[in-house]
Amino acid sequence: MTWLIIPIIVLVILTVGAAIYAVVTKNLLYAVVSTGLISLGLSLFFFILQAPDVALTEAAIGVALTTIIFIITIRNTTQYEDEENDNSAVKGGSND
Amino acid sequence: MIKKILIFILLAVVGYSLVDVFSYIPFGEHRDTVGDFYLQQSPETLKVANTVTSIVVNFRGFDTLGEVTVLFLAALGLSSIMYRRKRKGEKDVRAKKPSSRILQVGAQIIFPLVVVLGAYVFIHGHLTPGGGFQGGAIIATASLLMLITYRKFKVNHNTISWIESIAGVAFVSIGMVGLLKGMSFLENFLPTGELNSLLSGGVIGIIYVAVGFKVAAELTGVIDTVLLNNRPDSNNENN
Repeated sequence: MTWLIIPIIVLVILTVGAAIYAVVTKNLLYAVVSTGLISLGLSLFFFILQAPDVALTEAAIGVALTTIIFIITIRNTTQYEDEENDNSAVKGGSND
Repeated sequence: MIKKILIFILLAVVGYSLVDVFSYIPFGEHRDTVGDFYLQQSPETLKVANTVTSIVVNFRGFDTLGEVTVLFLAALGLSSIMYRRKRKGEKDVRAKKPSSRILQVGAQIIFPLVVVLGAYVFIHGHLTPGGGFQGGAIIATASLLMLITYRKFKVNHNTISWIESIAGVAFVSIGMVGLLKGMSFLENFLPTGELNSLLSGGVIGIIYVAVGFKVAAELTGVIDTVLLNNRPDSNNENN
């Protein structure tokens, strides 16, 4: 059990760091990719904690499908978060 | 700036309350007794090696019906909002440029392997970790890979809805057989076979094949609907 401490510490740093980066960054694409990274870390956690069923679900849904659907959405809207004018995304989309 | 401070304060409050709640529960200690019942009954009576599967399908079968219904309703709602037929002369706007040669060759190699892995996961749901939902999601990931790599890769929505309907009807009718036999929904009525063999666990294998096909069809349909309605240049056309 003791050797497991090292990968767990690495995973904690990776997951928490990705989570903080997803909140802080202005580029929405980077935020979505780091959200996928959180899911990857979580699924490895589930595997270490002996829940392989949950790990499989998290890997397939969280890492692949959700990330891709968010990336498609970002491609259709805007890539950068605009702090001063929060309505810019709505205005840009109203041309349709 | 104030927004960010508020976000971190909110995160701190949520984190503190989570830690506060979980500190009452001793970590790793054996607390519940219903788990013992499942762990004992699953291999002995039902002959299912993977206890999680036997809980999901046999002991908690009605909950699984609810989950399948929720997924179906979500896919249906998304399609009814986003699906539209192509206008005449409208080109496929999925991608302007063809994807790179490396991606194309890699997708060709990986696609059959991922499909086989997904089929393995849901066929062996009662023996190894995984099950219908996981296997279906893996197959949907494979078709996602093909959809974003090849412009010409088309998904037939008619076929998808047929697969989905047949799998859903199979799931509910197998569950109803258990009800008609005087037992509960999704109760096992087939011979259970031998532990750790492929033909064991009674109805679980059939149920998971149905759920796997259903989830794969639903998620593939969702991805294809979202991708087809992807029109990055629509604003420029209207202006």
